Amino acid sequence: MLEIRGVRAGYGAVAVLHGIDLDAAAGQVSCIMGRNGAGKTTLLRAVMGLLPVTAGSVRLGGAPIHHLPAHEVPRRGIGYVPQGRRLFGPLTVAENLEIGLMARRRGAAVRDRVLGLFPRLAERLGQAAATLSGGEQQMLAIGRALCLEPAVLLLDEPTEGLQPSMVALIRDTVARLRAEGVAVVLVEQRVETALAVADRLAFVTGGRVAETVAARGLAADAPQFAAHVGV
Amino acid sequence: MTGAATGAGGVGGRDLALHLAVLAALLALQFVLPAYHHTNLARIMVLAVFAMGYNIAFGYTGLLSLGHALFFAAGLYATGLGIVHGSLAPGIAAVAGLLAGGAAAAAVGLLALRTAGVSFMIVTLMFAQAGFLVVLYFGGWTRGDEGFVLQGAQRLVFGLDLSQPGPRYGAALALFAAAVLVNLVLVRSRFGRVMLAMRENAERARMLGYDPFAVKLVALAVSGLYAGAAGAAYALLFGYVGASFASIQYSILPLLYVLLGGAGVVLGPFLGALVMFYLIDLSSSLTSAHLMVVGAALLALVLFAPQGILGTLRARLLPWLA
Repeated sequence: MLEIRGVRAGYGAVAVLHGIDLDAAAGQVSCIMGRNGAGKTTLLRAVMGLLPVTAGSVRLGGAPIHHLPAHEVPRRGIGYVPQGRRLFGPLTVAENLEIGLMARRRGAAVRDRVLGLFPRLAERLGQAAATLSGGEQQMLAIGRALCLEPAVLLLDEPTEGLQPSMVALIRDTVARLRAEGVAVVLVEQRVETALAVADRLAFVTGGRVAETVAARGLAADAPQFAAHVGV
Repeated sequence: MTGAATGAGGVGGRDLALHLAVLAALLALQFVLPAYHHTNLARIMVLAVFAMGYNIAFGYTGLLSLGHALFFAAGLYATGLGIVHGSLAPGIAAVAGLLAGGAAAAAVGLLALRTAGVSFMIVTLMFAQAGFLVVLYFGGWTRGDEGFVLQGAQRLVFGLDLSQPGPRYGAALALFAAAVLVNLVLVRSRFGRVMLAMRENAERARMLGYDPFAVKLVALAVSGLYAGAAGAAYALLFGYVGASFASIQYSILPLLYVLLGGAGVVLGPFLGALVMFYLIDLSSSLTSAHLMVVGAALLALVLFAPQGILGTLRARLLPWLA
């Protein structure tokens, strides 16, 4: 589904990614883990076209997308939930969802499906996004991305700063999306969440994937976590 | 924070009723106002259309332009020159003026929208100043600073003599009503939502698949159409076409109207134009330092109602106001 090969990217003259490889298959959750500054968010931004890819390639369904302008990437079927949610704060929940729906001309059926995933949003449709709780904002950020009906969904630390019940809800949502065949790329710092939802773990260090392992059977005290995440 | 007030769907009942009530009040006022205020209100409605266009760019899309005098002047001069030198019928000339405003805005946008923030302000300001200098340079046609006057026969549209108070007021009100209704529909439309998204954060909108350049260009062109329509109407209703309308002052005025009345509120520009017009009118009759009074009023606005009069009212009392 999504193939990342030898990608180099960064911020101006500062290179952050030094030839990174990663795959995300339909119906699987690929979890990217690493210390702060390892290049996890940079990788997602490069995939979305928000940072220029200076070498390597990003392909979606076999077609190269790394040369596309940033606004074309979501239209090809990649949804992105950035760190910190990045909603349109003064706009209502309904308007935030509508903006997501319009991007790929999706209608009421998709909206209803999203509201089915997050019933609490249905109760808050007329409320300004900025006035929602942190967990509700995260639901809205994910829901808005799902309004594009993406084949690939990139989630950047979706459980950051959330209470346990919300973390559980996000985990359930990711599991449900996987079951529906969405390829999920998850950047996550919580080991227990990663082990609960991921099929594969990619440990990123210094702008490269240092190691990729299957999540099944891996213990929370596995040496990879201490070596690459620092827990 | 206008978006909070905008519910999903079309124009709301209360919203539409309020705007229709304002239009009805303006219709009734022409029968009771003394001649002086009658003319003033017609002028205010035309300037409000100009400011409503500015509001589409600034209040809804977040484009802080300092070049709108160019779009207003494009409408004004396309109409005036079309009648005087092109022998166009006034109605046709007015359509040319409207289109000239939109075309000027689109042309400026193609270059200026490659910048953002302060750079965008400076680039639009430079374009407007270039327009002002062009008007002066081609003084043989435009009569430069002095300008030129459209005679009564050159202001006949569909048999109506727009130099007469009644038809002039009626034409100003018709234009204003059309501008209000189109503005209401626009901000409640899907494209209106995307404009708000751009205003809030263009990169977030880009992450969802929207091209900020294209959306802002369309918004600026629509804004230019409003400015062009206002310029064309000004030429026909008040009969004077002069370089002062292409000066920096006419880029600042719509910004002040919008800030005073409320950015991102459909009626904000009208209220801002009304208050500012009469503030200058009244204070200048009392003192030659009337701009100090205006400055003090703007200072009070920034301190006590930074969202403008209607913006503050909406935040506190009327959350449904478009």
